[in-house]
Amino acid sequence: MTAQGTPEGILITGLSIRGLHLDIRTGKKTTQKILRGVDVDVPAGKITGLAGESGSGKTMTAMAVIGLLPDGCSTQGEATFEGQNLLALSPGKMNKLRGKRISMIFQDPTASLHPMINIGGQLMDHMRHHLNYGKSEARRRAIELLELVEVPRPEEALKKYPHQFSGGQLQRIAIAIALACNPSVLLADEPTTALDVTVQAGVLRLLRRLCDDLGIAILLVTHDLGVMSALADTIVVMRQGEVVETGDRYQVITAPKHPYTQALIDALPAHEATMVDHDDN
Amino acid sequence: MMTTNTTTPEATGQGEQILAVDGLTVRFRRPNKEILTAVDQVSFTLNRGEVLGLVGESGCGKSTTARAVCGLEPIAAGSVEFLGEQVSALKMKRRSEHLLGIQMVFQNPYASLNPRRRVGSQIEDGLGLNKQSDAWNVTELLEKVGLDASDRTKYPHQFSGGQRQRIAIARAIGTGPDLLIGDEPIASLDASLQSKVAALMRDLAIQAGSGLLFISHDLAVVRTIADQVAVMNRGAIEEIGPVKSIWRNPQSDYTKRLLSSIPVADGMGVLPGLNV
Repeated sequence: MTAQGTPEGILITGLSIRGLHLDIRTGKKTTQKILRGVDVDVPAGKITGLAGESGSGKTMTAMAVIGLLPDGCSTQGEATFEGQNLLALSPGKMNKLRGKRISMIFQDPTASLHPMINIGGQLMDHMRHHLNYGKSEARRRAIELLELVEVPRPEEALKKYPHQFSGGQLQRIAIAIALACNPSVLLADEPTTALDVTVQAGVLRLLRRLCDDLGIAILLVTHDLGVMSALADTIVVMRQGEVVETGDRYQVITAPKHPYTQALIDALPAHEATMVDHDDN
Repeated sequence: MMTTNTTTPEATGQGEQILAVDGLTVRFRRPNKEILTAVDQVSFTLNRGEVLGLVGESGCGKSTTARAVCGLEPIAAGSVEFLGEQVSALKMKRRSEHLLGIQMVFQNPYASLNPRRRVGSQIEDGLGLNKQSDAWNVTELLEKVGLDASDRTKYPHQFSGGQRQRIAIARAIGTGPDLLIGDEPIASLDASLQSKVAALMRDLAIQAGSGLLFISHDLAVVRTIADQVAVMNRGAIEEIGPVKSIWRNPQSDYTKRLLSSIPVADGMGVLPGLNV
């Protein structure tokens, strides 16, 4: 893994979120509490899963970390990364980190990629900006990245536009873009929800491999406990802006401590099948 | 691979047959390319009070099948029979009264509702088609799908995606359909709402005495609401049968591969998919 390894002198470090509060302004004097003291550790080389129903604050936690909150939000607490509190950084400093040391992939790659810029442009522009790469250097790295995420015929892919790819390939490209500047932390917000199950299986394997090989800290946001069980090492369950349970994957899924987690697991549509399938195997 | 293609699902006991699709084939001509057979010899039947789930990966011909069933695609070969009458493709003419018994709920409720009309009046359009004019009213329908009676005066943009899809379902149910088709009706919804809306569609369709053809790429959801399931791959039906037997004992290699790709929530950290 020499080519994709971390540049010398940069230690891969994780992310630590402590007491994160988030309020959003809903009117002139009214605010709504979105997050009420969220504690999450995202260690390097591990996949930390953030589970919960819609509206539980999973995505907002990730958005607060990467500084992409909508207007009218105010935060308290700390998100410590490489010795600095991300929540207190100036927009300029955050811009230098975002996409370089911390990057994010979203649910729908057809929406997160620009439809009118070719893949090469979208892969290379931020490398040239963040890493001061020259044209040929950026191109070489872009091809290397596309090989890493297993997009076929990388040289041709660089010239193509998003509509020429399938959803699964686009999500791989979005992952390549996120990895371009050797980030320490990757935030993945429902990365496989929009994909077919067979394609999802491939992307899950890719994320696992990237985490194991590159030692990246991954925060995986998903409502799908099946995906969670396949990929996450640690699971954090959220409800209404609060963390209700944190634990080892096996413990949270097989012996949840909080009644809400138990309710989530009982509500799984394939719960019964799971057992049956297991006997068969 | 095509062993079970023409097997008719065992009759569930109750309900007359409302839909019979036999050898349905749909072809598309493409500029500078060979003709694409999007749907290839597809056969199935659907009874009243029954839910048939049509599953498969994107591009396998699920939606084209649904569109052909309700007359939105020209049929190259085979036949679609709805309540004993042939369905043929609509051209520039008005939909025949007979076909109004087929109602479709589309994937994207942002596009299928008129943004400039109040939702109450859009649901009334549906009620206007109902042969039993006193079967439903707007208030009842809104409450049935879990919305408030006062929501009738609002416009589509004032609702969330899930609520909008509920409105589209209310409109379709209001017509008193014999056959309700959902073409990926849950795909554009927030992930944790999907199974709720799917269950709602099943309940309403069965209460209304209609059959439901439910198309989705989400196998877990189809499993919870369907009686019969048809697995499609590359335009053809790989396997069709009762949900339980397909899940417990899939016959075709493709179905096996599809089912094994579903991640299992067992806490073991096993990545899904067969190691090929």
